[in-house]
Amino acid sequence: MIEVNGISKSFLVAKRPSGLWHAVKSVFHREYTTVEAIKDISFTIPAGEIVGYIGPNGAGKSTTIKIMSGILVPDHGTCSIMGYTPWEDRTLYVKNIGVVFGQRTQLWWDVPVMDSYELLRDIYKIPEHSYKATLELLIETLDLSEIIHTPVRQLSLGQRMRCEIGASLLHSPDILFLDEPTIGLDAVSKIAVRQFIQRINKERGITIILTTHDMNDIEALAERILLIGKGTLLYDGNIQGLRGKFGTRRTITAEYQDYDQPLHLPEVSILSTTANRAILSVDTELTNVSDVISQLANQVQLMDVTIQAQPIEDIIVQMYKEYQL
Amino acid sequence: MSLYFRYMIILLKSQLQYRASFIMLTIGQCLTPLTSLAAMYFLFERFGQIKGWTFHEVALCFAVTHIAFSMTEIFARGFDTFPSLVRDGEFDRLLLRPRSTVLQVLGSKFEFTRLGKFAFSVGLLAWAMMQMPTPWTTIKLMTLGFMIAGGVLIYLSIFMMAATLSFWTIQGIEIVNVLTDGGREMTQYPLSIYHQRIRRFFTFVVPFACVNYLPLMVLVDHKEAQSWYALLPLVSVLLLIPSIGIWRYGVRHYRSTGS
Repeated sequence: MIEVNGISKSFLVAKRPSGLWHAVKSVFHREYTTVEAIKDISFTIPAGEIVGYIGPNGAGKSTTIKIMSGILVPDHGTCSIMGYTPWEDRTLYVKNIGVVFGQRTQLWWDVPVMDSYELLRDIYKIPEHSYKATLELLIETLDLSEIIHTPVRQLSLGQRMRCEIGASLLHSPDILFLDEPTIGLDAVSKIAVRQFIQRINKERGITIILTTHDMNDIEALAERILLIGKGTLLYDGNIQGLRGKFGTRRTITAEYQDYDQPLHLPEVSILSTTANRAILSVDTELTNVSDVISQLANQVQLMDVTIQAQPIEDIIVQMYKEYQL
Repeated sequence: MSLYFRYMIILLKSQLQYRASFIMLTIGQCLTPLTSLAAMYFLFERFGQIKGWTFHEVALCFAVTHIAFSMTEIFARGFDTFPSLVRDGEFDRLLLRPRSTVLQVLGSKFEFTRLGKFAFSVGLLAWAMMQMPTPWTTIKLMTLGFMIAGGVLIYLSIFMMAATLSFWTIQGIEIVNVLTDGGREMTQYPLSIYHQRIRRFFTFVVPFACVNYLPLMVLVDHKEAQSWYALLPLVSVLLLIPSIGIWRYGVRHYRSTGS
């Protein structure tokens, strides 16, 4: 479905040293530096998959999305999506994709959402009968009936995002690119958006490529993660694999009857202790959890123990550190 | 073409959301040509005529120029305000839609408030036409139509070329206003009153004379007029073709540099 092979892209960025003299000088002569946005990125995505594309700011996520959606032409590499090369067959190709930029709107600001939808129908030349069917389905599943006749500028961010996603699906695309679809949304709206994404993926088999900084999105949606940092692909696999590779730490919270001696636990980092409570961090590569608990049980009268796997966000932070991003 | 009108309707609806501001701007837009016209009137009152041109002949010239310019502003404002489309990243969105970029940029903005200026100029044109001593033949009416259409095409071409510049630089395209606003101010008057170099520039480089001064001579039965001058406005197409080419080149550049 999607085959990306060795794409690279670099940008020329004008150097802008501060100071008035440099500002004047730069009018006549500018020095440029080449910034490699992405370097030799390859992956394949089969139809119907949800892929989380993650990485810190400036890692090259948007550049990749722009290349895959036909906006930008890469310097090197090939990309074949549904048999098209996105940047060569732009007008034919873009009929098959939907793109949502969480930070920007694709709707006309001052008119009711419905007007925007009708204009999109004409832009994409959607036949009337399939437009009606799709619209009905979207109104129902995205719960748009009450907001569709409201001008976009009067909608809340969560309402607007539902309308944005609806707008990108009117022409029944096979691939949906979602660039930070949950940014700025409250908890309820986030969950609504996630559920909808899951639903269209399951029911209509739409392939979804999702970039986000919200790891809960990834955990809820993505079977597969592509991690990019400083323009290179660092990890390609599922969340379990990511946990196995990096998430070897467990957090143990132990509650016990009052104990005023210091705890003796080798190979364990103690995050905090009080008279009757300790939070420990265990690296399962150095020692295992049951040993730690039995050592603990020898020293104190345990009341309760909870063990938590490392949250995915910590893993990502750890990976960023490991790769020095 | 029908999509273009769809764009127009949705943007007209948007504009009408702000009714008071729309009405005020529309009325205000009449004032600019009115002041220029008043200046021209007093000039003629003092001197009677300029290089053999009478007031109503110059008013005809003035009206044609302003009709063409205000029509371009109404229908092709998208190219005039294009730098902001690039700056806001909205141009990326246009590239995601399965339609030509020229059509989408044209459809991105219409300046309906220029209708005021347009209506004023049409009124002036009607008045000037009635003052003409000779009758309006079919040929003359066609020539008049060509002049307006040709003017629109020239302004559109300049707007497009200026818009293309913004793929390279966001600032510095004010210089282009020398051609649009400057050209408009110049061609309010018959070009024969200017220095020869200026006349040549506006004939052979930016062919305003071909849509304005030269065919105007046919309209007023000027003694030096040649009948083929009536067809000269078609020259404007020769400017539009390279403009579209340059535009396409700019879009390619944008997509390969992403600036």
